[in-house]
Amino acid sequence: MRPIEGPFALTHRSGNSDHLHCVNVAAIARGLRRGMALADARAICPDLATHAADLAAEAAALASLRRWAGRYAPMVGTDGTDGLIADISGVPHLFGGEADLRDDLQARLDRAGLAAVSAIAGTRGAAHALARHGGGIVPDGRLIECIGHLPVTALRVDHDTAEGLSRMGLMRIADLIQVARAPLVRRFSSGLMLRLDQALGAQPEPVGGEPDAPHFGVRMTLPEPIGKQEDVMAGLARLLDRLCAKLALHRRGARRVRLELRRVDRGTVTVEIGLARPMRDPLRIAALFAKGVDEVDSGYGIDALRLSAPLTEAMAPEQIGGGPTIRHEDALADLLSSLGNRIGFDRVLRLLPADSLIPERSFVLAPAAYAPPETAPSHAGPSRPITLFPPEPVTAATGTPPASFRWRRMRFTTLRATGPERITPEWWFDDPAWRSGLRDYWRIETQQGPRLWLFTTPQTQGWYMQGEFA
Amino acid sequence: MRFDPAPADPLTLLQRRVHEAEGRGRRAFALFQAARHPGPLVWIVPSHAPELPMLRGLPQGVGERLHVLRPVGETDLLWCVEEALRAAPVGLVIAEPSSPMSLTVGRRFQLAAEAGRTTGLMLIRQDAGSNATETRWLCEPRPATAADSTLHHWSTTKNKKGTINDWVVDWNGATAAVHMVSQARQRLEPAVAPH
Repeated sequence: MRPIEGPFALTHRSGNSDHLHCVNVAAIARGLRRGMALADARAICPDLATHAADLAAEAAALASLRRWAGRYAPMVGTDGTDGLIADISGVPHLFGGEADLRDDLQARLDRAGLAAVSAIAGTRGAAHALARHGGGIVPDGRLIECIGHLPVTALRVDHDTAEGLSRMGLMRIADLIQVARAPLVRRFSSGLMLRLDQALGAQPEPVGGEPDAPHFGVRMTLPEPIGKQEDVMAGLARLLDRLCAKLALHRRGARRVRLELRRVDRGTVTVEIGLARPMRDPLRIAALFAKGVDEVDSGYGIDALRLSAPLTEAMAPEQIGGGPTIRHEDALADLLSSLGNRIGFDRVLRLLPADSLIPERSFVLAPAAYAPPETAPSHAGPSRPITLFPPEPVTAATGTPPASFRWRRMRFTTLRATGPERITPEWWFDDPAWRSGLRDYWRIETQQGPRLWLFTTPQTQGWYMQGEFA
Repeated sequence: MRFDPAPADPLTLLQRRVHEAEGRGRRAFALFQAARHPGPLVWIVPSHAPELPMLRGLPQGVGERLHVLRPVGETDLLWCVEEALRAAPVGLVIAEPSSPMSLTVGRRFQLAAEAGRTTGLMLIRQDAGSNATETRWLCEPRPATAADSTLHHWSTTKNKKGTINDWVVDWNGATAAVHMVSQARQRLEPAVAPH
């Protein structure tokens, strides 16, 4: 996206109207604020540029920012969807004091192009309130003076409580401190007093660092560039040992594994493989890389390898190399992996039963790597052909059932006909092939030998071929 | 090299070899063989082929063991066949190559089948087979005289380890059991002298 001069907002659709999710400084200057309806915002500021908000990407960006903020404190957690909270006890003297720490933080964020507001306070609640109302530093012992002038909404109370308080004339935190607590608790529940106590330090509120999601990537740099295939495979084997140990530690199995080879001329070659089921066996994964590594152009040599598992699935510890059944399953999974990596996993299929009387939908072709086999329920009723194909027109059909007909340039005469079996379309699906209405299916044994599955549509009086019996 | 003895049941395919079937009834023959082979089954059809196996029409126990591969292009199809034949756990590999197979291709398949101890069955068009095949079957459906019989005429037109022969069988397409229909025919094998 191009950088935009002037007012800009991210919009988010909630309920059935668009709201401003986030606004830039120019938009704030024009009087726009977060949560405003987009229609109102456009009335105030007709030249507002907008873009749809991507909440998942925002959360990912916040998570990476949280990881970066670990340079200021051992415990950094996210605070809502748009904030970070860090416990900097014992840290500021490393940066030369609280003010220097905050300046350093702001300078780095500015350099990265992020408009952020920061605050340092003795309690988590006060820091939260101040950061959302201008930022700054609360010196020790002057908590009430510094946050007293802030509105009550800064206390992390819900909208109804804030509105009730303003109706009572309690607009600022300082007003709230002076009022008797018992009537407020009776009126608004104890949550309000808890938030006030947390902001003033009467109730403890620790900052919990969030556990980092495990990162399944390992790398290796080489003192001398390598170019031979067996050298790359040897490096890959070492990386795979480490990656698989990490996967085993977190009880995960890789579903895709990516090998990036950095050449000395700064070019990068990527080899990626898929696996038919979650796996963390180094030898079996290495075997699948053999073909991809063989095709790599190493140029002047490769001096760094990076191996990562972008897609992993939970995989419980299991017995390996045990009985013949396990070896058998492993070997089949290896076959499906190597087939899938060459012809595509969407072309390695399995037939799964489906609950429909329509012949085309009575089974589904599902990727074998992602669908375990299912036993088809035994069914009674008319027999079904062994092969099915899209309906093909039958010509020169005489009578019902036809005494003779032509199909694929062959002439057939009917010996015996079984039917009709009437199948009605599923009206809740709009299937173009079934727009001609219901169908009468016949199993026709011909004098020539083939046993065929024909149908006619009573509305249009045409005959079509759709399958062949054993 | 050790050869397996010819199987006692005439309709059993010799293990660890690749066979061919042609004629209109070749898919029925393939399913009959699939029902008789334990273990996973691989059926390789070109992606452009309109015919697909229909799950509810397959013999008992075949549907859940069947893997359908739909590669694009003949090279990928042949590669899939060789790879599947080389894999030990597979019981039977059925493939429908769309162009005639050369002797080289047939020989490679035989070597792969021996290495993987797997049996293969190629469903070929007429006269599109390879000379390296172990047996070649001509399969044609036959009109039945009785309403409840489904007759198949299966004959070997090539057999490397035995004489050629033909059978008319009654197979209903549901189980691995088959009923041989005795019929007067011309004798191909030498007569056994009475003791």
